[in-house]
Amino acid sequence: MNAPLFKFGLFGNEVSLIVAFIIGIGFGFFLERAGFGSARKLAAQFYFRDMAVFKVMFTAIITAMLGLFYLSWIGWVDLSQVYLVPTNVWPDLLGGLILGVGFVIGGYCPGTSCVAGATGKVDGYWFILGLVFGIFAFGEAYPWISDFYNSSYMGQITLPQLFNISYGVLVFVVVLIALGGFLLAEKVEKYFAKKDAEAAR
Amino acid sequence: MDTLTETIPASKTETKKTVKEKTAQPYWNPYFSGIGLGLVLLAAFVIMGRGLGASGAFSTVVAVGVNTIAPHHAEGNTFYQGYLSDGVSPFKNWLVFEVLGLIVGGFISGALAGRVKKMTEKSAHISFNKRYMFAFIGGALMGIGAKLARGCTSGQALTGGALLNVGSWIFMLMVFAGAYAAAYFVRRQWL
Repeated sequence: MNAPLFKFGLFGNEVSLIVAFIIGIGFGFFLERAGFGSARKLAAQFYFRDMAVFKVMFTAIITAMLGLFYLSWIGWVDLSQVYLVPTNVWPDLLGGLILGVGFVIGGYCPGTSCVAGATGKVDGYWFILGLVFGIFAFGEAYPWISDFYNSSYMGQITLPQLFNISYGVLVFVVVLIALGGFLLAEKVEKYFAKKDAEAAR
Repeated sequence: MDTLTETIPASKTETKKTVKEKTAQPYWNPYFSGIGLGLVLLAAFVIMGRGLGASGAFSTVVAVGVNTIAPHHAEGNTFYQGYLSDGVSPFKNWLVFEVLGLIVGGFISGALAGRVKKMTEKSAHISFNKRYMFAFIGGALMGIGAKLARGCTSGQALTGGALLNVGSWIFMLMVFAGAYAAAYFVRRQWL
């Protein structure tokens, strides 16, 4: 098998849009199944009441990461053909920070707000309006911030390349960190459930 | 007469039962949902050679909106131009179709589990209008942050996380740092 299939010309642009729609359905389905159409469920992560955001995200990351690692190992997927967003250290750092603050204030992220809207959450619609406004504000400010936006450019670079260690070793380390994180998340949830029960008494 | 008085309370309990049956099902186990999500992401990598996304589709909407109202203004802005291609419709875009699917998929899952309902997510401590204001402000910050970082929780954290992308891991750590740092100040909205 030669994959990514699209990059090896198995189908064209028109078909890729149908693929996009079907993949989107899967994406939205599992987000909603996880409870990510609910702002209270998502925000609970940041009060240690429900660590589902961390658990779902890292389970998804290690599933896709391991799948891609093995598929490239047996030679089915050409990793160089999988698109990597280039790294710009400071914009990535500041953007992440602003987005994190927005996450706990707004209760959603762009993807989950779509699921919230689709399942009738009125606050989800307001979030989407805010999102559109924020992107517009960024667009209007772009001529003035484009220097910063393009600063600290490192190109398309992965953690194994940065630390100069093998892909397999790094995959293994990330799996270990995630498993440790899951154990910790379970403990934290139990601790706060107990604390809340005592406070309610 | 006897039969009549008996049938009325019986029908009352029956309507109560049908209301109860409509209550929402519990969410799936997070690890199970996470594996599902991870397999969707893996499918995107293997079939398309790219990951998932969300904020990009909204950027297309904004760019098209600006271009429709003020075409000259959009022409001079390289950010908007990045989403406006010559000849083909900007909406014939991979992320736009993926987000349309995302909405449909979210609705299908919600409908099957009895979770589609007009409501607002908030604690009892704040008013509806305040919640809508916070949702708008949070959304606006999210839009700015996602554009600055070239992606949101889907395109950067999830996709780049699985690809071990350096910028995505910086981004992801900062998302959690920012959210935990600000959580205290908006706790009444949620707890």
